[in-house]
Amino acid sequence: MLIGFSWLTSCSALSTENEKLEVPNEWFKINGYIKIGDTGLVTIYNPNPEIGQNVMTSMPMIVAEELDVPWNHVLVEQGALDEDAFKNPQFAGGSLSILYGWDPLRMAGAAGKYMLIQAAANEWGVEASSLEAKQGIVSEINGKRSLGYGALASKAVNIEVPEELELKSPKDYTLLGSYQKNVEGSKIVTGKPLFGLDYKREGMLYAMIEHPPAFGMQIEDFNAEEIKVMDGIKDAFIIDTSMGQPQWSDVNAFNQLIAIVGDSTWQLMKAKKAIKANWKQVSPLESSAMHVERLAKDLEKGQVQQSRKDGNVEAAFANADQIIERTYTSPFMAHNTLEPMNFFAHVTDEKIEMVGPTQTPKALEDSLAQLFDMPIEKITVEMTRMGGGFGRRLYNHTGLEAAAISKKAGAPIKLIYTREDDMTQGTYRPPYRSTYKAGLDKEGNLIAFSSKGVGLPEGPIFPNRFPAGAVPNYLAEKIMSSTNISTGAWRAPRSHFTAGAEQQFLDEVAEVAGKDPIDFRMELFDRAINDPVGENLDYDAERYAGVLKLVKEKSNWGEEKPGVFRGVAAYFCHQSYVAQVMDLVIENNKPRIQKVWCAVDCGIVVNREGAINIIQGGVVDGVGHAMYSELTFENGESVNKNFNTYKLIRHNQAPKEIEVFFVENEINPTGLGEPGLPPAVGALANALYKASGKRLYDQPYSQQPELSLG
Amino acid sequence: MASFNVKINGEQKTVDVDPTTPLLWVLRDHLDLVGAKFGCGIAQCGACTVHLNGAAVRSCSLPISAVAEQDITTIEGLSKDGDHPLQKAWIDVDVAQCGYCQAGQIMNAAALLNNNQKPSNEEIEAAMSGNICRCGTYVRIKEAIKTAAKA
Repeated sequence: MLIGFSWLTSCSALSTENEKLEVPNEWFKINGYIKIGDTGLVTIYNPNPEIGQNVMTSMPMIVAEELDVPWNHVLVEQGALDEDAFKNPQFAGGSLSILYGWDPLRMAGAAGKYMLIQAAANEWGVEASSLEAKQGIVSEINGKRSLGYGALASKAVNIEVPEELELKSPKDYTLLGSYQKNVEGSKIVTGKPLFGLDYKREGMLYAMIEHPPAFGMQIEDFNAEEIKVMDGIKDAFIIDTSMGQPQWSDVNAFNQLIAIVGDSTWQLMKAKKAIKANWKQVSPLESSAMHVERLAKDLEKGQVQQSRKDGNVEAAFANADQIIERTYTSPFMAHNTLEPMNFFAHVTDEKIEMVGPTQTPKALEDSLAQLFDMPIEKITVEMTRMGGGFGRRLYNHTGLEAAAISKKAGAPIKLIYTREDDMTQGTYRPPYRSTYKAGLDKEGNLIAFSSKGVGLPEGPIFPNRFPAGAVPNYLAEKIMSSTNISTGAWRAPRSHFTAGAEQQFLDEVAEVAGKDPIDFRMELFDRAINDPVGENLDYDAERYAGVLKLVKEKSNWGEEKPGVFRGVAAYFCHQSYVAQVMDLVIENNKPRIQKVWCAVDCGIVVNREGAINIIQGGVVDGVGHAMYSELTFENGESVNKNFNTYKLIRHNQAPKEIEVFFVENEINPTGLGEPGLPPAVGALANALYKASGKRLYDQPYSQQPELSLG
Repeated sequence: MASFNVKINGEQKTVDVDPTTPLLWVLRDHLDLVGAKFGCGIAQCGACTVHLNGAAVRSCSLPISAVAEQDITTIEGLSKDGDHPLQKAWIDVDVAQCGYCQAGQIMNAAALLNNNQKPSNEEIEAAMSGNICRCGTYVRIKEAIKTAAKA
């Protein structure tokens, strides 16, 4: 049976609206983003991979705004991989979809509108300048004639569009900034096949892999003949996805894997348990205790990779009245997308066909071309909705493995990882260690500041971020270390750790200085606004101060409530600014977040509903991982293999209420997939300090003996 | 392999599978009902939640041999037109981010409401804490359950 992804099912997107347009008899392609039906129904293709960041709603909204079509006339479909047609890089990462897509999406909509107006001008024999297009209708500005987009679509096809087009002024937006629901909401709540794991095709077989039990080990051989004769098993072999020139997106734990192919998932799961393999050690087997030691040593003696220095830090510390120095750490963490890694592949001598979850489809295509020596034109990658990304699906090894298995098995296959495969073969968030040092003068002014951080491998230091520019004597040093465990980008890479450490540290420094933590930060922002120290600052101090000011007002900061412990933090990353105030209470001897206020400056808000949702999710994600999550290694093996030992935040541990406010401005929009997470870690730690009286320097906080609230 | 007659969403189906096959894989691989999701395989995440005689069960850890001819309801059969109060509330509140866990969340919530028409916040939290949402939509899940309970 074939389970398709047909556009007709998208009609449900309209079912909740009052106005229903007929299904068109004919569709007309306007450009790479837009197809208009003869009834006026418009299909807008979402260019980028959907991982839950809601680009499938927000990106088409930008096109629809400039096209000037009612949102309830729009169907959204996932676009194919075609960067030439979309004039936009098709990937999900770095909170970049909206930032990069802003111009191409607006241009696509404006071009469509231009073509429709021109088509009407041709039809009526009038100048295009005498016409306007609004809400799906072209009409004469000073006349009576009008035509809907549906009637004009066939005549608009192939009308030439000038290189420069006039775009709307933000004050004229009717759709952008409004609250719009997820366009796939009804499919999600009815269990329609949307995800890679749901994909099926006639004649498809299932496949699973078995990887070495530990980092530093490699497969020698296994009992393939015994496995092959098990019920439902078609084949068993070793695959090798080594490449001559791997890209950054080809990070993986193991190139050589055992692969088994069979009729059904459960038969494969049983066969997987029956695998008996010989493994050999090829590099050291690392343990968490070794990582702690290595990070401590390299933080002291490692080579500085990137730095910033303003003023004379040594002299300033020597003259300081008080010096505060603190060290912060966090452990390895897994991404744990709830949909485990998977991919459909059909590889023949003539072509490669891929369907599945990837944040970087173009990179997958390029790597497939290299691995199989196949021209790009013969490779297709279809993007499915993803059950989470968080950076895990930037890395394409699962797709490459699926393709290698399909080729060897000579059949279309869907490769499925078990949770254990997924968790023990990650491209993990690395552990980090950073030391912060502050020097205060007699009046409690911050006269010297230094930070130094190391990670496995990359140090969690952004030398040109705050408080650079706000302290006269400043030093930041980023140090590299190493590991043979595969690591990679994890939602808000390094910022997730840095924000927590830095914002806790500033809180502690403010306390020593005898200042309110918001006032203390505001003084620093004043300096960065009025008399910035040095150059090349990454951030805009006024926007930074703006979110802090907004959250202060919304949370009624300063108000004391008995039994309520408050923490604050603000952070800038991925070009957006987020400040948070967190109220924590003690329930059943455990800390529980009662309410979080978030103030966000992401420029123009595209879809307010989606923007609020993703910020709320970022808060929960930030709190959850800082509080509970930790992946431990023993002899190269991940001790945590599933959710029974790897802790993710649960409903009864999540903040009870999260309110989100936006700074309203007309600055070009920036992304929100990541910026909501980092400040949550700082606000949480600062609230926990208020509740427990103890500063927490090591994540996960719930495991720290200092967090004794009894 | 053995033949099993199962009753799913009110329909009788026959499947020929290994008796140890969990219900989840019978649904997904053999009956093309993919609404119940695979998340962990050890009943820790709730993505695979379906109803067995109206009660929420984790289908990833329930062998088909233990199901016999009891009534199974999946998200596909929760309502005829996707209009169960919880499904409507989930859309009204715009709960989903990635959406992968939501079918399991809704099935778990539906079982809760079957037994308790007006659950308190604490009761919702207690009942829903076996279902992981990796995107962190818990605040909206609670709001949607309360919305549906009022409907």
